[in-house]
Amino acid sequence: MGPRVALFVTCIVDQLFPRVGLAMADVLERIGCEVDFPEAQTCCGQPAFNSGYRAEARDVARHFLSVFEQAEYIVVPSGSCTSMISHHYAELFRKEPEWLDRARAVGSRVVEFSTFLTEVVKVEDVGARLDAVVTYHDSCHALRELSVKSGPRRLLGRVRGLTLKEMDRAEECCGFGGTFSVKFAETSGGMVRTKVDSILRTGAEIVVSIDSSCLMQLQGALARANAPVRTMHLAEVLASR
Amino acid sequence: MSKAATTEPSKFRQTLEDANLQLAVYTATGRLMEKRREAVAADVLPEYQELRTQAHEIKKHTLDNLDYYLELFEEHVTAHGGKVVYCKDGSEVADFVLRLAKERGARLIVKSKSMTTEEIDLNERLAHHQLESVETDLGEYILQLAHQRPYHIVAPALHLTRYDVANIFTEKLGVENETVIEKQTMIARGVLRQKFLQADIGISGANFLVADSGAVVIVENEGNARLTTSAPRIHIAVAGMEKMIARAQDLPVFLKLLGRSATGQPLTVYTSFLSGPRREGEVDGPEEFYVVLLDNGRTRLLADREKRQSLYCIRCGACLNHCPVYRKVGGHNYPWVYSGPIGAVITPQYMGVGKDPWLPFASSLCGACYEVCPVKINIPKLLLDLRSEVTKFKAKERGGWAERMVFRLWAWVMRHPRIYEMMGSMAAAFFPEGEKPGWLRSVPSFMNIGPLKGWLSQRDLPRPASKSFRQHWRSRRKGGR
Ligand code: SF4
Repeated sequence: MGPRVALFVTCIVDQLFPRVGLAMADVLERIGCEVDFPEAQTCCGQPAFNSGYRAEARDVARHFLSVFEQAEYIVVPSGSCTSMISHHYAELFRKEPEWLDRARAVGSRVVEFSTFLTEVVKVEDVGARLDAVVTYHDSCHALRELSVKSGPRRLLGRVRGLTLKEMDRAEECCGFGGTFSVKFAETSGGMVRTKVDSILRTGAEIVVSIDSSCLMQLQGALARANAPVRTMHLAEVLASR
Repeated sequence: MSKAATTEPSKFRQTLEDANLQLAVYTATGRLMEKRREAVAADVLPEYQELRTQAHEIKKHTLDNLDYYLELFEEHVTAHGGKVVYCKDGSEVADFVLRLAKERGARLIVKSKSMTTEEIDLNERLAHHQLESVETDLGEYILQLAHQRPYHIVAPALHLTRYDVANIFTEKLGVENETVIEKQTMIARGVLRQKFLQADIGISGANFLVADSGAVVIVENEGNARLTTSAPRIHIAVAGMEKMIARAQDLPVFLKLLGRSATGQPLTVYTSFLSGPRREGEVDGPEEFYVVLLDNGRTRLLADREKRQSLYCIRCGACLNHCPVYRKVGGHNYPWVYSGPIGAVITPQYMGVGKDPWLPFASSLCGACYEVCPVKINIPKLLLDLRSEVTKFKAKERGGWAERMVFRLWAWVMRHPRIYEMMGSMAAAFFPEGEKPGWLRSVPSFMNIGPLKGWLSQRDLPRPASKSFRQHWRSRRKGGR
């Protein structure tokens, strides 16, 4: 029996892309994990933190910590939310030693989904099959705050029938940035269109990422451009067979 | 847009829609990115990450003890026969230069590239008193002719094509339209050579001030700084006091990083070490040597332990080149001469967060700036800190209450999972899958406001799922899986 994991599916996946959470649960169960979903979970607090509302972010963070305090591993289908908890909670609770300790303890058990597979349970072949040409988008927080770069590619490399074609701007931001996408809509739109051009140059049918927020931005722009490319979360790719 | 808004200024649009400008900026910054990448690659510079850490630590140490090092620097400059002048702000710098020019009967000033003098509008201040100062860096010279601010801290005329330059030269110098870059350089050289011969004063900036030797270090590629600091009788170096580093021995760390980060050069073409006026027996160098140390708000930044690191900047420009926002909106949409990520961090600190409250929000927090910064300034963290200061400032000024209420309410909902779920179901009911599944291109006009409007102006919108993950999960558990 593999480790017990608690899913933190993130609010975006819960409300907008539940199939990503289901796929993640499928993959984890398939490799023998005992999967749990603490029902009181909501959001990690990042939207408020990134918008400068620290008190509000702290309130939500406290809720998160209380919900997940008992979990052995907390697996998250997002680099951004993982980093919020493992890196930025420390900043939020800088002046509250007791909460800081709790944040550190929980933070050390939060693992982004692909990292959980490659670094914790050390499984790269999950028995997936997907006949498609895909390209991979490095989401910024996973790449730069969690150093996630080769793991997802190694996982994709073990998917039968799948061809990975790198785009020329894999590491460039998609322009989402949370509230940035609506506060600076035109700049954000310009950024994602540049990214979409890069995706289209690969000829791939699918863009894969480990963050549903980036994928929402990319899919939104691809759909607007009527481009024949769709997005898939890595969990969905790995759940395919 | 209200003054307190933290949203996109409407002036961005013009730049975003200018296809030629977009291409020019994207190409130029892209080239600089590529060159930097090659110059710091592990097989070329294996100690790169080590150097970054060292550079950060040296700057930290020097600025944590700046009082001491300022004194040490002054001692050495004085011992070499130079003079250190402390100036509180731009008008004090201008007063000093004007007084000196008057006393020495100086008429003409030549200048080499210096962001610090741009910061205090020195040329304009001097011109106001009929004292002419001519920029001698090619890019800066072009901009001075065109009456424009630098677009970029390293490549000031990055946004101009050679055709733009040809037009500027024709209009301002009355020469024939010349689009060959080498020939344009010759035209500028011809004009500037005369100026160098006539000038009484040379004003330069400084890349580094070395405390334990009293040296002003200037790096450049064109050789004009060398002339500026040696041809005229008087040399004035104007520098922000944060340019200090403790020891001459530390210099190689920075010299290795600066050229590589800025333009991908292992070393810039010229590196000048200036430590005083011409001594007896020397054939060149100025008769008088001054170092003007500018505060202009720097002591205020220094007082803030958390944000002090913004002063470590060595103005390499790498964060601009790698910033996807700078690459879209360019250098002239930032409120001050410092643009890009470092501009977004220091401008609010110098000017106050209330002045352009949108500035720290003009970032997707992608972190590319931090990744390439040779002195490891944690720019995304500083932007987050500043965002928090902006919202606090607005609360104090009784502005931005609508957004604050939204976040309060949001935070409350997020602590009440049942209400959160209920609101999710309500949102889903608003966007039934109906006969047209998939992503929405538009919403009814009464809903097309605020964030939804912003989103839909650029992208299609996902529908809330008719069944949330937690609802799926419950049925899955019931189904006995
Ligand atoms: S902040 Fe760092 S990357 Fe940006 S200009 Fe300064 S030294 Fe260079």
